[in-house]
Amino acid sequence: MARITEENIRLAREIIGRYPKARSATIPLLHLAQEQDGYVTNEAMAHIGELVGASSAEVFGTASFYEMFKFEPVGKYLINICGTMSCALMGAEELMHHAEERLGIKMGSTTADGKITLERAECQAACTEAPCLQVNYRYRYRVTPDQLDTLIDDLSAGNLASEIPAHGTVAVIRQHIPADRAVGAVAPELVTENPVWLDGKAAL
Amino acid sequence: MTGGTWKHAPGFYAGDRPQVVTSRFQYEDSYTLERYLATDGYKGLRLALARPANEIHDEVRNATVLGRGGAGFPAGNKWGLMPQGVWPRYLVVNGDESEPGTYKDRLLMECDPHQLIEGCLIASYAAGLSQCFLYIRGEMALAQERIATALNEAYAAGYIGKNILGSKFSLDIILHWGAGAYVVGEETALIESLEGNRGMPRLKPPYFPAANGLYGQPTIVNNVETLANLPWLLNNGTAAYTAIGTATSPGTRMVAISGHVNRPGVFEIINGITTFRDLLYGEEFCQGIRNGNDLKAFVPGGGSAPWFTPDQLDLPFEASQVGPAGSMLGSGAIMVMDSTTDIPRAALTLTRFYAHESCGKCTPCREGGTWLERILSRVVDGKGTDADLDQIFEVGESICPGAFPHASNEKLGIAAVPFPYRMNTICFVGPSAYAPVHSALTLFRSEFDARIVKRTMIKVTAVSE
Ligand SMILES: Cc1cc2nc3c(=O)[nH]c(=O)nc-3n(C[C@H](O)[C@H](O)[C@H](O)COP(=O)(O)O)c2cc1C
Ligand code: SF4
Ligand code: FES
Repeated sequence: MARITEENIRLAREIIGRYPKARSATIPLLHLAQEQDGYVTNEAMAHIGELVGASSAEVFGTASFYEMFKFEPVGKYLINICGTMSCALMGAEELMHHAEERLGIKMGSTTADGKITLERAECQAACTEAPCLQVNYRYRYRVTPDQLDTLIDDLSAGNLASEIPAHGTVAVIRQHIPADRAVGAVAPELVTENPVWLDGKAAL
Repeated sequence: MTGGTWKHAPGFYAGDRPQVVTSRFQYEDSYTLERYLATDGYKGLRLALARPANEIHDEVRNATVLGRGGAGFPAGNKWGLMPQGVWPRYLVVNGDESEPGTYKDRLLMECDPHQLIEGCLIASYAAGLSQCFLYIRGEMALAQERIATALNEAYAAGYIGKNILGSKFSLDIILHWGAGAYVVGEETALIESLEGNRGMPRLKPPYFPAANGLYGQPTIVNNVETLANLPWLLNNGTAAYTAIGTATSPGTRMVAISGHVNRPGVFEIINGITTFRDLLYGEEFCQGIRNGNDLKAFVPGGGSAPWFTPDQLDLPFEASQVGPAGSMLGSGAIMVMDSTTDIPRAALTLTRFYAHESCGKCTPCREGGTWLERILSRVVDGKGTDADLDQIFEVGESICPGAFPHASNEKLGIAAVPFPYRMNTICFVGPSAYAPVHSALTLFRSEFDARIVKRTMIKVTAVSE
């Protein structure tokens, strides 16, 4: 399966070109691979290694450190329910139990139809809106058990497809640096002089 | 329009206070270039470019713009720590916001991305930084999209890139994003992650990023809110900036208050003077404890901070007073527990967090955090013994030797142990696993005692025939 596709290689090279050192693009490329296949395959990691100049073991070493990267398929929708203090104080445990009962699965597993994965998550920076959750990293605030039921109904019926992309895609908008505006990344060892604007004023 | 929650700025309440970084939150289209330009946007950059870079650096230094990421180190002084004559220098923006309770940088990124971008431009101009990386927490899809859009708009309009606004100043700003790891918020771990590695903090010294950071070059790591202050500062000047707040904590600060209050929310408050009582009970802030309950305890500065009880309500939100009282302000996050709170269980939600987020590089944190979580879980489940409670302190001692900071308590007759602590770990994750359980056990011992099984000594007697 799945090395990086032709189209994504173009994107990958563009991303690599933004960094003074190619290795810095490792995490963005892992996201790209996960976007392509829904999870990060071994072939993709080997390919990323070739692109950034690292071994596949080094790429896996980096990837495995980070919670968001999955190495096996997960549901089309990943529901992360926050269980850290502010959410716990406002009923996160009950919400998790409700989700488990409703879907008939435990936290950390996926429904038989492959649609929904449930995970316990840590603080999502929405503590005043507790208890909260994310579906493929899109927020739902102050979630009641009833609202969770509605959300699951909507996800199952495909009602939220336009708002929530399938697992793997985080941001749907990418940065584009126009060639005529880019300064361009330079390897640090090739920069020896101070930035020109430091002499006097920058304005013309 | 003042007060109220807007759909695009969930949880934020403006109130009737100075707004340095949140002034555009009132507009539904606050994140667009059009709105930004209509509300003084990129004016601070123009003003900066008309003056020598070192003058702008001095302005930031004189205004004492404190870091808003946790440690509260003045930004102007931090920039001054870079060695002379070593190029290139980089700017890494810390948008990894993951400290439990903290919710402000995400709002700033989602609601006013151009303000942050302008802050990055001003900082890079002033300190001679030649490339900027905006490291945003991986799980924040909307923030990434809003910033990507804003960067695209700003490049096209000539605010970023080669010869900005026709000047000699050139800068690329690169959107970079993480993949879920709390410890990456620590600045040297952030740099490791940006180099494509596992996000583990570096041993210090010698790796202070200002001297030796990204690719071994001088690197400034600043928090999102810190940089978001700069456009206003340039537009309004140091005198206007220091007129707000106190001499040691000028300006404003964003604070998120969550948990058992009537109106949890994010507020931009006047730095240094607003008391915890104002924040928890004030009409313009949280309007009291839910259901008319009593306040039991609160975490004053993010999940890592030792806890306060009602005894500390009259302290102002000012580092120089909160430190001696036994805690810290950290990342501007207050979590409130009312009288119904199960204290050991509440402490467990935080200890578990830090134990799970340990990167594993140092033993006291890797082992100690896990031990604390296990022992505490046992106690919460009613299976703990009195020996477990002693062991919590023992394990804590191996992470942070000596007296651990805590608040005073009149009823218990205990005096405060001031912040900070000594530590046997590379970064603050290890101590942070201990802080909640230490506070809970010190201030609410009886709740633990009620939970545990007291061991009775078994008499061993000689068996005679
Ligand atoms: C474990 C740990 C996590 C941290 N997380 C963050 C974070 O999410 N965001 C942040 O700005 N600073 C965080 N910090 C503080 C940073 O190391 C650093 O001090 C800060 O980004 C510097 O910016 P400032 O000087 O503008 O505050 C963290 C520190 C530690 C030890
Ligand atoms: S204290 Fe914990 S998180 Fe920090 S470096 Fe040590 S093991 Fe890693
Ligand atoms: S504790 Fe749940 S979002 Fe912060």
